[in-house]
Amino acid sequence: MSSAVNKKARPKYLSLPALLFEIRLPLPGWISILHRISGLLLFFPLAAWLLYLLDASLASEQGFERVRSHYLQLPVVKLALLVFVWAYAHHFCAGIRFLFLDIDKGLDLKTARLTSALVLVVSLAVTAAAAVKIW
Amino acid sequence: MVNRIVTGAHYGLRDWLAQRVTAVIMALYTVIMIVVFARRAPLTFESWKALLAQGWMRVATLLFAVSLAWHAWVGMRDILMDYVKATGLRLFMEICVLVLIAAYVAWTIQILWR
Repeated sequence: MSSAVNKKARPKYLSLPALLFEIRLPLPGWISILHRISGLLLFFPLAAWLLYLLDASLASEQGFERVRSHYLQLPVVKLALLVFVWAYAHHFCAGIRFLFLDIDKGLDLKTARLTSALVLVVSLAVTAAAAVKIW
Repeated sequence: MVNRIVTGAHYGLRDWLAQRVTAVIMALYTVIMIVVFARRAPLTFESWKALLAQGWMRVATLLFAVSLAWHAWVGMRDILMDYVKATGLRLFMEICVLVLIAAYVAWTIQILWR
C-alpha cells in the first residue's frame, strides 16, 4: 500500500471512448497492426483451410471437380477466398515495406506515410481485382 | 545508448534475422507461383497434379512450408508475448502453436509426396 502511495500516479487516459474516437493511430501504425492481424489470420485458420483445399483437389479427379465447380462457387467460400487474398497481399506488401525500413530506406515522415498509403491501396486493389475475377 | 538488463545472450538477433530471411524466401516463391499460374491454361485435374509432381516444385513448396513454419513461429510467439501476460497460459498457447505448425508441415509433406 505504501509503495502505491509513494509512487507517483501516472496519468492514464485510455477510456473506451478515448480509444475509439480521440486517440488516432497514424497511417504507418495502421499498416503495422494490420500486418499483425493479417499474419495471425494467415496462420490460423487460413493456412489450415488452404491445406485442406490443396489436399482435396489433389486427392482425386472427383475431389478436384467438387472443389472447383461446387465448393469454390459458394458465396461464403468466395468471401473467405477474398479475405485470404487481402491478408496475403497486405502481409506481402507491408512486409516488403518493413524490409526496406530495416535497411534505413523510407524512414522520413513523408516517405513513410506515402509507402503506408501505397501498401494499403495496392493490397485493396489486388483484393478488388480478385473479387472481379471470381464473380 | 540503451541500458539493457542482462537476461542472457543473443537478444533475439537470430529470430529477427530468420524472420527476414524466411520472408524473402516466401516472397520469391510467391512471385514465381504468380508467374507459373499466369502463364498456364485453365487448370484441369491432370495439369494440376502434373504441376505439383515436378521435382523442383515439390522442393520449392517444401522450402516455402518450412520457411512459413519458422516465420509463423516467430510471429505468433511475438504476438503471444505482447498480449498474453499470464505465463502458464502463454506457455500453453505457445505449445498449441508449435503443435499446429508441426501438423501443417506434416500435412504438406503428405500432400506433396502422395
